[in-house]
Amino acid sequence: MKTLYLALKYLAIALWSAFVVFPFLWALTTSFKSANGVTGGATWIPWVQYEPSLQGWQSLFGGVGGINVVKPFYNSLVVTLSASVISITLGTLAAYALSRFTFRFLWMRNSDITFFFISQRIMPPIVLAIPFFLMLRSLGLLDSLPGLILVYVALLMPIAVWVMVDFFNGVPRGLDEMAWMDGCNPITTFWRVILPNALPGLVVAGMFCIIFGWNDFFFAFTLTFTETQLLPVAIVSLNSSVTPWWSLSAAALVSIAPLVVLAFVVERFLSKGGLAGAVR
Amino acid sequence: MYRQKYLFLLPGLLVLVAIILFPLLFTIRVSFSSWDVYNPGLDWIGGENYGRLWEDARYWQALGRLTLLSVTTVLIQYVLGFALALMVWRDLAARRLFRVLFLIPMMTTPVVMSVLWRTIFHESLGPLNPILESLGIGAAPWLSSAGWAFAAVVIVEVWQWTPFMFLLLLAGLLSLPNEPYLAAKIDGAGPVRTFFSVTFPMLGAISVGAILIRLIEASKIMETVYVLTSGGPGTSTETSSYYIYIRGMRDFQIGYSAALSLTYLIIMIVALTVIAKLLVRALVKDAA
Repeated sequence: MKTLYLALKYLAIALWSAFVVFPFLWALTTSFKSANGVTGGATWIPWVQYEPSLQGWQSLFGGVGGINVVKPFYNSLVVTLSASVISITLGTLAAYALSRFTFRFLWMRNSDITFFFISQRIMPPIVLAIPFFLMLRSLGLLDSLPGLILVYVALLMPIAVWVMVDFFNGVPRGLDEMAWMDGCNPITTFWRVILPNALPGLVVAGMFCIIFGWNDFFFAFTLTFTETQLLPVAIVSLNSSVTPWWSLSAAALVSIAPLVVLAFVVERFLSKGGLAGAVR
Repeated sequence: MYRQKYLFLLPGLLVLVAIILFPLLFTIRVSFSSWDVYNPGLDWIGGENYGRLWEDARYWQALGRLTLLSVTTVLIQYVLGFALALMVWRDLAARRLFRVLFLIPMMTTPVVMSVLWRTIFHESLGPLNPILESLGIGAAPWLSSAGWAFAAVVIVEVWQWTPFMFLLLLAGLLSLPNEPYLAAKIDGAGPVRTFFSVTFPMLGAISVGAILIRLIEASKIMETVYVLTSGGPGTSTETSSYYIYIRGMRDFQIGYSAALSLTYLIIMIVALTVIAKLLVRALVKDAA
């Protein structure tokens, strides 16, 4: 009974691992193929089943028949990081206020305001896409990095507020009170006492912002043309009936790689119990 | 009390209100106009767009399909995510390695993965059909038949987002206290009993949260569909967002698509609120 259970468990883990790894292995082997290697049917082992070529990887830096990923990569980096920093700054301030002070606008209390922030995640991107398009056009920000950053701030701030409100609710109020007694006002309390203690929360919030920012496609797709293509948009533009699979795979791996590192960071937090508070 | 408290709240609040509220108000106004390619501008045609929407079978079919797709994928993700979390919770060699591995898909860009999946599902050149044939299952017309295309979207969504369920549930499992398990052991409860009377009830609140977050995200599904099938074959994998995208950004029927998106938004908010209430009642013990 016990052995059967163990065997089933390891079988399940092996199967799921294979499923997880499958697309990555396929992309890796495809990225070293050339036209002949692809049209010959699905093959996996270089040298044995197909003649490897560096064509796909070379195309990433301006070679023939693919996309140059350097500029889109840079654009994605700038937009994701700027929007994350702005969202986390504004979101953390707002979250602290919502966690420590009482507000009343008309009928809205703290919990309503918090809900307003978080509820923005319900909004389907398509609802906002056309107004965003017209709004950015009238501001002259269409197809520009500042325009995209503005939109991404709206996308990411709810996440930052959600994580940080929870986090601050878990930081003992005694800390604030002690600072007040020492003569701090709310601003110096926040700056000198609370912020240094908020690092774990900031890391989690930052991680989520980076994941959602880097991986977003739809707004980058509808609000840019050629100048400020982000990485996912550039890759999807390769997706046609005559797709060069080798460049596509190489570009996909390049765009995925930076965030895979984050899986290790998340696991560290998880195993040390640092995430338990954040998901509650 | 403190005036400064507004300095904390208002910057974020005002930025968000400015970025979200204006577009929303604008959409409401536009939905009562006939703005399209031939007639760009804000006229007033009353509720005509909403009347047209009511008769638009393709819209309601897309909504039904979206419901089916979201509920199916989220349920599969929840069950698999829970099972995987239980398996790497404890008593497993190299469990931290498997935790990392199982988290990786949720870090990858969905739309980029969809592009890769499209090559995997390719009927003659992709790797999936040869594998299925060698297993004796036989090749499938993945992206060219309605049922299989729907299955393909489900597979991609499950691959991408099961890790999210896994993450939240594992975090929950790791934060559980030890005492109830000792008590269960003393009472002589087997693993199955322990799961259903200790583990599962204690993860009720997290389960509700995880399922709701995933349902909210799933209700917006369109990128996967756009890349994998473009809504096809025919309209057989078209979701609400994708149909609104076609009407708005391709046909440029701004007024009509505004009415479509507002209706969609309201239906989603109502549906998700009801589901949230029901889930809390069913899964969270002390809420009743």
